[in-house]
Amino acid sequence: MAAPLTLYEKIWNAHVVERRDDGTCLIYIDRHLVHEVTSPQAFEGLRAGGRTVRRPDLTLAVPDHNLPTTPRVDATGAPIPIVDPESANQLEALRRNVAEFGVPYIDALAAEQGIVHVVGPEQGFTLPGTTLVCGDSHTSAHGALGALAFGIGTSEVEHVLATQTLLLQQSKTMEVRVEGALGFGVSAKDVVLAIIGRIGAAGGTGHVVEYTGDTIRGLSIEGRLTVANMSIEGGARAGLIAPDDKTFEYLKGRPMVPGGDEWDWAVAWWRTLPSDPGARYDATVTLSATDIAPSLTWGTSPEDVVPITGAVPDPESFADPSKRIAAQKSLDYMGLTPGTAMQDVGIEHVFIGSCTNSRIEDLRAAASVANGRHVADGVRALVVPGSGLVKRQAEAEGLDRIFLAAGFEWREPGCSMCLAMNPDKVPAGQRCASTSNRNFVGRQGPGARTHLVSPAMAAAAAVMGRLTDVRELMGVE
Amino acid sequence: MNPVRRVEGRAYPWGAKNIDTDVIIPAHWLKTISRAGLGKGAFETVRSTPGNIFDDPRYASAPILIAGDNFGCGSSREHAAWALRDMGIVAVIAPSYSDIFSGNAVKNGIVPVVLPQDAIDRLVEVARTDQITVDLETMTVTTPFQDRFEFSLDPFRRQCLMEGLDEIGLTLARDTAISKYESAVAAERPWLSRETKHAGVAVEGTGRP
Ligand code: SF4
Repeated sequence: MAAPLTLYEKIWNAHVVERRDDGTCLIYIDRHLVHEVTSPQAFEGLRAGGRTVRRPDLTLAVPDHNLPTTPRVDATGAPIPIVDPESANQLEALRRNVAEFGVPYIDALAAEQGIVHVVGPEQGFTLPGTTLVCGDSHTSAHGALGALAFGIGTSEVEHVLATQTLLLQQSKTMEVRVEGALGFGVSAKDVVLAIIGRIGAAGGTGHVVEYTGDTIRGLSIEGRLTVANMSIEGGARAGLIAPDDKTFEYLKGRPMVPGGDEWDWAVAWWRTLPSDPGARYDATVTLSATDIAPSLTWGTSPEDVVPITGAVPDPESFADPSKRIAAQKSLDYMGLTPGTAMQDVGIEHVFIGSCTNSRIEDLRAAASVANGRHVADGVRALVVPGSGLVKRQAEAEGLDRIFLAAGFEWREPGCSMCLAMNPDKVPAGQRCASTSNRNFVGRQGPGARTHLVSPAMAAAAAVMGRLTDVRELMGVE
Repeated sequence: MNPVRRVEGRAYPWGAKNIDTDVIIPAHWLKTISRAGLGKGAFETVRSTPGNIFDDPRYASAPILIAGDNFGCGSSREHAAWALRDMGIVAVIAPSYSDIFSGNAVKNGIVPVVLPQDAIDRLVEVARTDQITVDLETMTVTTPFQDRFEFSLDPFRRQCLMEGLDEIGLTLARDTAISKYESAVAAERPWLSRETKHAGVAVEGTGRP
């Protein structure tokens, strides 16, 4: 009998074009997502080298990072020009490039536009067992559907455009097993924050993580996307979740998914992908879901995680001297004093959005907390759907009205306040409860202070004006 | 890409850990559509503090940067490598790198040297006053004081750096193998190809309803 293989090894083996003597492999790429920020220099490189895009049909471009989330058309339906000339120029460059190289493209004004990692699964561009890349580190999200998906740099974007392949070394594997039932008010975001808190921001470096266990199986596809999305925050370039019936149900009938006989053929192949019993991982980490509380970050690394019932840690409490120094720096930047209860920390901004938490379930979770309440005085709260289709569905369900009545802003899809690139920024020294994935220094704006939370926790913070244990607001009118 | 064989000169004795690419080049610099000129934005937030290492005249245009664990973590932006290159950095020495960053570094002619923490500590000390040499021929980092640290690098990456190879050109030369793979997959997993079947799906400017 053949040796048992992991999901990662099966996908890897199915994509080796050539193996070199030194073990490096030329790996075929099935799906390539392109956005405006990391692609202009790649297209420029193709042009300079007189090269073409090898497989435009396996490529899909959509603008997201640099687009303002203010209305895009005026009352007459005419496009509203983008004020910042550099942003306008970059978006225009993408349009020019996709036209010149014949790449399928979702325009900023299309209903299907959205954050590239929301659009891929939503359109069924992302499929199980595929290799999928994008010039963006959160490409790991697509691993939720069982795709080997990872972020690449612009030179690699150019390499994929020109050759549809990448030269890669096989990674080590890490199993992250989560078992048990999730407690009241605990979401997929809390699970992944707990995982990163455990393994550390560099814990997964050099590894592809596979998330296993009944807790992960029990998550919806949207929850799995949240978990896989943040794999990179634990240092792992890719995070995988084995495809199952939930995956197939989610994908069936989406615009870019195979139909008819091909669908059955594909599902039969996808069913062979999950890791074999007895497959070996280079490392295994186990967490118990019952230990996970609604969580958030206190510092400037995603590994700085505490339960909401906890307090700002004392830097002296860390055994590792370099961690002690880093914690002190974090606290200085964050303007926090050791020992302060997390729930006593006031906030001025709330951001509900980003490729981590901007799907319909995320908006439902936030709306259920916002419903019948009002954003606290002095707080600015943004809700930014991950795509035009999410926005449309939320509006059909009346979520927009709940948010607007509660004093939240309801905006157009895009990366928004996740990164300080478009006009949505947190001013210096101000504090934001954010459903995004990075709390780095300056990530939401120079001097901005970020606490990563789940959508429900973000909504709770908005209405209370401080970091809040959402469980106190749940099921209470 | 310019070949790199040996990098000799002053080094920024930084040693900081978990330096993410948002620190190397903040997001607002990413609106550019060119690779050039990003050195101006490199380490902008660090440089906003007086007395920072990057504005210290002792290390002006040093070709080497010494950093701590997990250098280049976070965003995949290759702008980080372009910014380092544009400010004159040709080698980084650190105990570890994010996978994406080390790939980007090599593709832009920057040597990502991995050395253990005690070697880093020693080099930080030396770099305050003296030069450091990174040699890809001998795969060593040396100082004027007889320090000699060996490092390793994936042989293909080493070759690309030393010969300034165009990776895309090399892969395009494997076209027959790629085409062969494509025809095999077209038979085994035909649903992967999107060809004309789904061509109408990606929409341009259908207008928001
Ligand atoms: S939402 Fe944030 S993390 Fe996601 S793709 Fe956009 S900028 Fe990157």
